[in-house]
Amino acid sequence: MLKSGMRPDPDQLLAAVNDQEARARRGKLRIFFGGSAGVGKTYSMLEAAHRVSETGADLVVGYIEPHGRAETESLREGLEQLPTLPVRYRGLVRQEFDLDAALKRRPAIALVDELAHSNLIDGDPPPRHAKRWQDIEELLEAGINVWTTVNVQHLESLNDLVAQITGVRQRETIPDRIFDEADEVELIDLPPDDLLGRLQAGLIYLPEEARTAADRFFRKSNLIALRELSLRRMADRVDASARATASLDRASRAWMARDRLLVAVGPDEQAEQLVRAGKRMADALDAVWSVVYVETPELLRLSQHQRNRRIDVLRLAESLGAETVTLDGPTAAETLTEYAHTRNATRVIVGAPKRRGWRALLRASTATALARKAKGFDVITIAPADSPKQVAVERSDVPEMAMPVHWDRYAWALATTLICTLIGFSMQDSFEAANIVMVYVLGATIAGVRFGRGPAVLTAIANVFAFDFCFVPPHFTFSVADAQYVVTFAVMLIVTLVIANLMASVRQQTRVAGARERRTYLLYAMSRELAATRGIAEMARVAVRHVAEVFQCQAVVLLPDAAGKLKHPREVPEAGSLRGADLSIAQWVLDHGRRAGLDSDTLPAAPALYLPLGSEQQQLGVLAVLPQNRRRVLLPEQRRLLETFAAQIGLAVERGKLAETAESSRVAAETESLRNTLLASISHDLRTPLAVIAGASSTLVEQGDDLDTAVRRKLARSIESKARDMTDLVSNVLDLMRFESGQVALRREWETLDDLLGTALIRMQERLGSHEVTSQLPADLPPVHVDANLIVQVFVNLLENVVKYTPPETSVTISAVVRDDAVAVTCDDSGPGLPAGEASRLFDKFQRGNDEGATVGAGLGLAICRAIVRAHGGDITAGARPGGGARFVFTLPLKEGSS
Amino acid sequence: MTQALHQVLIVEDEPDIRGILRTLLKTAGYRVIETETAARAIVEARTHKPDLLLVDLGLPDADGLKVIRSVREWSPVPVVVLSARTMESQKIEALDAGADDYVTKPFSAPELLARVRAALRRNVRGAEQVPNLQIGSISLDLTRRQAVGPKGDVHFTPLEYRVLESLARQSGMIVTQRQLINEAWGPDKHGDTRSLRVCIKNLRTKVEPDPARPQYLLTEAGVGYRLLLPGD
Repeated sequence: MLKSGMRPDPDQLLAAVNDQEARARRGKLRIFFGGSAGVGKTYSMLEAAHRVSETGADLVVGYIEPHGRAETESLREGLEQLPTLPVRYRGLVRQEFDLDAALKRRPAIALVDELAHSNLIDGDPPPRHAKRWQDIEELLEAGINVWTTVNVQHLESLNDLVAQITGVRQRETIPDRIFDEADEVELIDLPPDDLLGRLQAGLIYLPEEARTAADRFFRKSNLIALRELSLRRMADRVDASARATASLDRASRAWMARDRLLVAVGPDEQAEQLVRAGKRMADALDAVWSVVYVETPELLRLSQHQRNRRIDVLRLAESLGAETVTLDGPTAAETLTEYAHTRNATRVIVGAPKRRGWRALLRASTATALARKAKGFDVITIAPADSPKQVAVERSDVPEMAMPVHWDRYAWALATTLICTLIGFSMQDSFEAANIVMVYVLGATIAGVRFGRGPAVLTAIANVFAFDFCFVPPHFTFSVADAQYVVTFAVMLIVTLVIANLMASVRQQTRVAGARERRTYLLYAMSRELAATRGIAEMARVAVRHVAEVFQCQAVVLLPDAAGKLKHPREVPEAGSLRGADLSIAQWVLDHGRRAGLDSDTLPAAPALYLPLGSEQQQLGVLAVLPQNRRRVLLPEQRRLLETFAAQIGLAVERGKLAETAESSRVAAETESLRNTLLASISHDLRTPLAVIAGASSTLVEQGDDLDTAVRRKLARSIESKARDMTDLVSNVLDLMRFESGQVALRREWETLDDLLGTALIRMQERLGSHEVTSQLPADLPPVHVDANLIVQVFVNLLENVVKYTPPETSVTISAVVRDDAVAVTCDDSGPGLPAGEASRLFDKFQRGNDEGATVGAGLGLAICRAIVRAHGGDITAGARPGGGARFVFTLPLKEGSS
Repeated sequence: MTQALHQVLIVEDEPDIRGILRTLLKTAGYRVIETETAARAIVEARTHKPDLLLVDLGLPDADGLKVIRSVREWSPVPVVVLSARTMESQKIEALDAGADDYVTKPFSAPELLARVRAALRRNVRGAEQVPNLQIGSISLDLTRRQAVGPKGDVHFTPLEYRVLESLARQSGMIVTQRQLINEAWGPDKHGDTRSLRVCIKNLRTKVEPDPARPQYLLTEAGVGYRLLLPGD
């Protein structure tokens, strides 16, 4: 390997080039942007379309929202229109944009109105994507230029601001990056008075809708604010592009100079507001920003619904371009401070303190604590906004997980009190009451550790009553004679409550740690098994087994063939493997490298979830998961675990692929070198006899009449003998090729070795000449289940070998013994023996005892012997015979073999 | 020679090999007809009624097997097949289809002529029983099931007699393992080659001077056996 430290990584360079190419191929997005509905975005877009199409551009209207505005409608005429897609939705048929038709048509420019539109998820047919901006992304990726329209209130980062201004929360939003990355944004501006005039004239909405819309939204104050917002957003965009052009390369600027913003979010409702505020501030400062959630023991107690909200917030942050981080720590302030230091954050945004009065004195809120600890960064607190009335409360599909109440633990808590009381009675005579109090404190502590918070609190309270009832005079009443015991009770209750609470926290943390450890273990178990597995198909099976087990689901790993098309696995399915996964969804996931199916943005109505396997540069496959219990897969922790599993599987598949590539190139290289050796060897061995044949036959043709009979006969004989040599050589090569390609099916029968040896001896009779062969096969040798012809060939080749490499008169002895479950056949000769150190190499192709020379046969004989013997499940070895000469031993199993 | 009148139909598409076969057979005193295709062969066989067919299995228009099957429908004429060395399954298929023997390419002249002679003799003898047999120094009376060697009586089991009978009926020609087992053991024993191997081994110890290098009872590996008698 070259030292690569100083040089740019070629892979990276290639990736960068590819990225640029992809960008070049990607379609351009042009957005007609407005402050509110009715400013004339669609109208302007159509006007522009007419101008462009007059120049001969290939422009089609993909979809225009039918608001029934006459002047807009008339503008559609003269432009090519794609048919819309009728979608059945709750008993109605709606006309929707037909993505597939647009992709098929492949125009240069497609007009698709209403960038923020939500597709009908429950419609029939179900849409591919949940949102129209995703449809448009796909068009762009396909290299189609898209023109579209959007209003300022649909921008995600401005969503809360718009809601504050207008009191209407917009559900249909688009990620800011779509807007920011658009190649061209055209602001369509209309003064509010003109807009209201148009509205009153009924030019904007259909008349009956106009009134309600106007009441809610189209107030002059609203319109002014929205107009200002859109102008500002547009100015920001121009500003940003100016800055980008000036610095040319953002990445080349020193990272030190850039602000880094941390937004600390909690599980409360303000989180979303904080994220949006963070986004706006980051944009204004041109800062890198992260959204941080700190998981404290306290937060672990929250209801499932609240914890799910945290995931939604983090997702929102990601869609706005933030890096999201979840940290674990004892308190939020401490963890945040530490994290801010490690990441060199310059500003930290938190929600304003919410604790008031004595509670604020008792425990500082995160914001306050952070402000005290802050060193090297500013703390910005954001006051909570008046939360606007939600137009529609969207509920997540994830079923609520009710925290199970363990009644048995409460029973145990009471039992603890009972046991403490019994111990108290036994101590009563010899100990003071103060010591009995200690026993109760111990009991509550144990309850805290063993049974959790609720039961521990129950124990604490029950303890006080039990102590009062049994040990405080007057005994067995709840009345108290001595007033000082009231202090005892109070202290006892507070101490036990504090201890029980602490212990329960410890217990909770242990459980969380346990769960984390379990997850790590499960992941480790799969990685370990994957690491020990060879072959991608086998890896896929291992992965499926683990995923199915851990997530209680059916799963399948789909891998693409050479043409990049996904295929169902051919192997016998494992338990838990998913059959009938939707290959078209999976293919989309593979092609786009994004998840799809259940609970994702794309085709969320599908029953199964499809995750891409592999890195951003290369998609290697798709993991499809069909949960039996949806919660098992959809809960945030589980989902993250599943993603980690998918990442691990992707790595394993990548490793398998690399190994395969390495293996195939090794095989190719070996084949290549084999081919060269074969050519060299055969050409020598073929040319020699051919020369003899050509020479002898031409002599016979030209001078046959002048030669006497004896000479003619001699020439004919040499032709015959050389032809035989060539026949042997050619059939050897062919045999070996057939063996190598695995085309040989053994035709096994029960055979006796002496029969086979006899056949070989007859076949070799002439060739053996003065070589004396003695058969010493025992008479009681059991039959072997072999392919007769091939074993005869082994004997023939071994004898050929003797003939070639030993002088005449050499004696050969063939014997056999039964050893374990096999017959070992030995072929000894009294010749010069094998060259030292070459015993095992003899069986390699094209190896000869002594190189070149007149002996014919490309050194294939012994290689064929080995191939045949191994095909029968035996082996062959070469060595020295005691007392001089060579010894070849081959074994054949005695049991019945398969073909 | 009496063979001079025998007519042989050569079915072979390769001109050079056909030429060699023609020369060989004519020199040996046979009359020769030649065809190149399976279709022509079937017609020629019907019109000329040859005494023997020499059929190559790889023909341009159809498999040589088709010729054999078609001829076998109406005639018991001997058929000898020409085939490549490694195609055992093809040989067995041809024998099962009704061929009497095969010669492996590349063949030698004496080998080919010996097979042709043996096949023609089978035709002369027909399928009749062979009453007596001389294998090397041993004389067998197959009807009375007695055998005498240089050292007095030799004992053969009834099974060994049946195997010898099957081989003797087509002496000089190959008899497939299946055929031998069928005739000596009966059809139920189909596939039990172990008994056959033991039987052949025992026969060799009785009739062969050197059982390790048999001269009379020859193995055609993977296909069957051949009883080679003096004069074959």
